[in-house]
Amino acid sequence: MDADEVTKTADRLLAAYASGSPTHPVIADHPAADLDDAYAIQQAQVEEWTRRGDVIGGHKVGLASRAIQRQMNVDQPDFGHLTRSMFKFEHEPIPASTYLQPRIEPETAFVLGKTLQGPGVTIADAVRAVEFVLPALEIVDSRISDWNISIVDTVADNASSGGVILGSRPVALADVDLRLVGCTLHRNGELVETGAGGAVLGSPLNSLVWLANTVGPHGVALEPGHVILPGSMTKATPMEPGDTVVSTTAGLGTVTAVLGAKEEQAV
Amino acid sequence: MSTTEREWSVARGARALLDAESSATARGSIEAEWDGLDLGTAYAIQDEVLQRRVQRGEVLTGVKLGLTSRAKQRQMGVDAPSVAWLTDAMVLPAGDPVPRSRLIHPRAEPEIAFVMRDRLAGPGVTATSAMAAVDRVHAGVEIIDSRYSGFKFTLADAVADNNSSGVYVTGSVGLRPEDLDLALEACLLEVDGQVVSSATGAAVQGHPAEALAFAANTLAERDAAIEAGWIVLTGGMTDAVPVAPGARVAAHFTHLGSISLSGG
Repeated sequence: MDADEVTKTADRLLAAYASGSPTHPVIADHPAADLDDAYAIQQAQVEEWTRRGDVIGGHKVGLASRAIQRQMNVDQPDFGHLTRSMFKFEHEPIPASTYLQPRIEPETAFVLGKTLQGPGVTIADAVRAVEFVLPALEIVDSRISDWNISIVDTVADNASSGGVILGSRPVALADVDLRLVGCTLHRNGELVETGAGGAVLGSPLNSLVWLANTVGPHGVALEPGHVILPGSMTKATPMEPGDTVVSTTAGLGTVTAVLGAKEEQAV
Repeated sequence: MSTTEREWSVARGARALLDAESSATARGSIEAEWDGLDLGTAYAIQDEVLQRRVQRGEVLTGVKLGLTSRAKQRQMGVDAPSVAWLTDAMVLPAGDPVPRSRLIHPRAEPEIAFVMRDRLAGPGVTATSAMAAVDRVHAGVEIIDSRYSGFKFTLADAVADNNSSGVYVTGSVGLRPEDLDLALEACLLEVDGQVVSSATGAAVQGHPAEALAFAANTLAERDAAIEAGWIVLTGGMTDAVPVAPGARVAAHFTHLGSISLSGG
């Protein structure tokens, strides 16, 4: 794709955010688009957001389980950007109009105390860089109609990012076994998913290292204070207006996301 | 004229399933041939199969639950688990390969296993009273197998077939139930070193103790109880994965240790 096509596609995705109406897949217009094109489209949107005053607050890793990779016919994860405006409070209703077709996933968020820049980052480097872990819920969303996405579509759409809800109790890496930690996800009081940290690329730390080594060669560092979402411990669960979703992670505690009822938008 | 040569009966159903097992040969659905096979008759076949096992020297050592996840219940169109028998012949000693030659199409699923300290008899057993009767909690991996081609069966077929029992392994770590939060006790299931799925105890009927209480209460309707010393396999935490020749299957639990198996 040439620069003009990249800009036009980024604008089409930005328009979907603004209108609240999803758009058709990127590959429908550009069947030959590759991952480099997709990341360029993502970057164009991130630049637009920062131009408007938003600030990068971290990254997310997506497609981090073998099941979802098989489903998308890829053999590696992808990443997106988290901007400060995506961070929402637990227990506070998030206006339903914020999202187009939200789904929610339980994660273990890393908060960095030191810079991590690849290539060559190891697990040891990652452990040294993590200041603490927080339980987290990630709202994923797609600007592509009906979530009809290929890998190129989701990467272009900022890895289907939506929102981040962080819990409030920090835990040191040494105090939790992130690989064997268990997690349950309840939607409106009903158990919908269970999983373990190791569902994320074998270990959520593998995901952090992959991210640092993937963005590093492009001159991007993971910075102190940044929040890294390594990937979901379970399948994503759909979220409707009025829903309350609680994730409970052993040793990390609970975090609760509330999506406002539809009526609240009219006020 | 009947389409079957002989009329189906409980005895014939039990014999057909035991023959399929001993010859490691899959057969078709019994319900497809036995019009009107109901659940009560299916349990009678299951009990008849157990009696024949005991007559040939096997010892009844416990029970296993099936259909303990909402997903599987929905798939089979039921709203409750089912209970089947375990004997000592189904124990796979730690370190032994999965005996693929005497199984038809084995699949592995990780489970939470209870060893009972006290007898537990329904009705009226709750999850809390059930937990009070448990001595130790162990990790388990059940190698399920079905006597039906392609694992295609009705609920009655599965019940008659002892809930697709095969062999099972329990881990060496045994913990007291009060030392564990079983809803959050997690398991990572790996095949050939790669994580294929994960779950926690909550995936089993909300909590494995709920499955145990259900087993005690439903066995009371069959004039049976869960006896002291018995083992209870509470139901698959994840979907079962096929055990291919030479496959390495491992289940790693948060506190209950790991179980590794090779596919013979």
